[in-house]
Amino acid sequence: MSVLVDEDTRVVVQGITGGEGKFHAGQMIEYGTNVVAGAVPGKGGQAVDGVPVYDTVHEAVRREDADASVVFVPPAFAADAMFEALDTSLDLVVAITEGIPTQDMMKVNRRLSETDTHLVGPNCPGVITPGEAKLGILPGNIFSSGNVGLVSRSGTLTYQVVDNLTKRGIGQTTAIGIGGDPIIGTSFIDALELFEADPETEAVAMCGEIGGEDEEAAAKFIATQMDTPVAGFIAGRTAPPGKRMGHAGAIVSGSGTGTAESKIQALNDAGVPVGDTPEEVADHIEGFL
Amino acid sequence: MRLHEYQAKGIFADAGIPTPDSRLATDVEEAVDAGRDVGYPVAVKAQVHVGGRGKAGGIELATDEDELREAADAILGMDLKGYHVDRVLVEEAVDFTDELYLGVTLDRGEGEPVVMVSSEGGVDIEEVAAETPEAIAREGVDPAFGLHAFQARKAVYDAGVPGDVARAVSSVLGTLYDLWEEKDASEAEINPLMVTDGGDVVAADAVLNVDDDALFRHSDLAGMEEESYTDDLERKAGEYGFDYVRLSGNVGIIGNGAGLVMATLDLVDYYDGDPANFLDIGGGAKAERVANALDMVFSDPNVDSVVFNIFGGITRGDEVARGINDALSQFDEIPKPVVVRLAGTNAEEGMEILNTELVEVERTLEAAVQRAVENATGGNL
Repeated sequence: MSVLVDEDTRVVVQGITGGEGKFHAGQMIEYGTNVVAGAVPGKGGQAVDGVPVYDTVHEAVRREDADASVVFVPPAFAADAMFEALDTSLDLVVAITEGIPTQDMMKVNRRLSETDTHLVGPNCPGVITPGEAKLGILPGNIFSSGNVGLVSRSGTLTYQVVDNLTKRGIGQTTAIGIGGDPIIGTSFIDALELFEADPETEAVAMCGEIGGEDEEAAAKFIATQMDTPVAGFIAGRTAPPGKRMGHAGAIVSGSGTGTAESKIQALNDAGVPVGDTPEEVADHIEGFL
Repeated sequence: MRLHEYQAKGIFADAGIPTPDSRLATDVEEAVDAGRDVGYPVAVKAQVHVGGRGKAGGIELATDEDELREAADAILGMDLKGYHVDRVLVEEAVDFTDELYLGVTLDRGEGEPVVMVSSEGGVDIEEVAAETPEAIAREGVDPAFGLHAFQARKAVYDAGVPGDVARAVSSVLGTLYDLWEEKDASEAEINPLMVTDGGDVVAADAVLNVDDDALFRHSDLAGMEEESYTDDLERKAGEYGFDYVRLSGNVGIIGNGAGLVMATLDLVDYYDGDPANFLDIGGGAKAERVANALDMVFSDPNVDSVVFNIFGGITRGDEVARGINDALSQFDEIPKPVVVRLAGTNAEEGMEILNTELVEVERTLEAAVQRAVENATGGNL
């Protein structure tokens, strides 16, 4: 079992003819992902690595029975690409694009709330179910199949924690990179809810960071709605207020919201151990299993 | 991107929001001319990208030319919270009976805009929010519809704005919301919106911060962008295209990916070191980019030691290692000890390739950070 994606997921890649889209479509196929179509306006009838390209997502879904999409469309056109994806019956949309205007995402999320689709990202590394499928840019080779769910706002920090787990022989059900932007489709709670419902996920590692209050909300959810044990990590303890730490969403506000202390406290209050180092997160996870 | 008060006021005025008459001045004589045009009394206001200018001495009132000379002379050239003041706005001083606050921002938790109105304007609104949150009326906005006129009225009445100006204030709030949306702003604020004896409203200050990611579709605003670095190294990072934040410690940090770099800073602190900076080198690590990153940390005089932490995903460890070797071999002498830790794709090959005459190599994140902290403290831990 897994969440969001598995070997049967049929993927359409939006922006498959662009540099990033083409490269990562190839990487996804190499990993074993069922990439069934590409969608690029004006490029219908072409093929990329043997994958047929359609002018619209609707046509790709209709002709190839796709149920998920990955968005590699440049920031100026990414919101439109997501609206297009949400206008079809896709179960999952994964948006990799970084640098999408915040007000665009606000409107995309407003539309998302009217659909049953899961949107992961944007500004995220994607979703992987080891051994089955990856949608996005995650390096497949570092993941291994197992019983730990992973959810994170950061790409490379996810890889770090996965590496610590893999070295102990602990594999993953699914890893979800939810993205580093202030407005994202899948929150920590959404991801935790999926893992809680998955019988094979025996523990969850969640990697948060400064900015916003999503981790605090997740802590309440864990305390009241979850039986699956969760271990946490919060990046940005040393971040000064008012400075954006790389991610658009990673900022402690001048008034002091979004601090690491607040998030760690909230998680601890919910009974979630928070590692001081990524290695300690792996210690906690190992302890749960 | 932050606009200066005078820039934001120009945009607000063009949209029909009443603003006081004002002129921009870069020296005392220009300020005097401006005072003559505008008419006394005037406010002399430093145009810098910082909040709390008044408290910091960046705003003075002048009732005649002598006072204006004195104020302009004091403010022009001053250092305001690290920012050099090279322009002042000379503005008609408004006689007011009330000061209100109007603001539009993103409610991150709700993922939607929120408009805020308070009858306690003219002070730091974050203090009001912390001490008397009930003094701020908030109204969430459905981004699919925008701010309904009734919502603007509701927020204004909820905030206790006097009935005789409520209509005018609601109208300004509606315009402020429209500007927020049209300009892809992150914040739009009027604090204070002054209410005059005659029942008019005037925007005595203006804040408009614009989403950097949306500047591609606002060439007019992009043209107003000015450097606002207080630090030469942050300026340099802007030129190199790095996400960089300078801190006060002595352990320089280079890594890839925002979360992992933040975690590396935190680990330096955890092992009793003191991080000097946040530097995200991003995906890929071509020799030139590696060299630029090293140049950044080497040119920080506070830095005594460097840790280079790369987790290769799509980027391969062997390529990163070659980049590091190439970059460091250009130095006759490595200025500060560099500890490298590679993980992920082709990390083993990368560690084989790294020239250990140039760098120290560690296999784990924890060990690399500890070594760098030791190097920074001269091994006296």
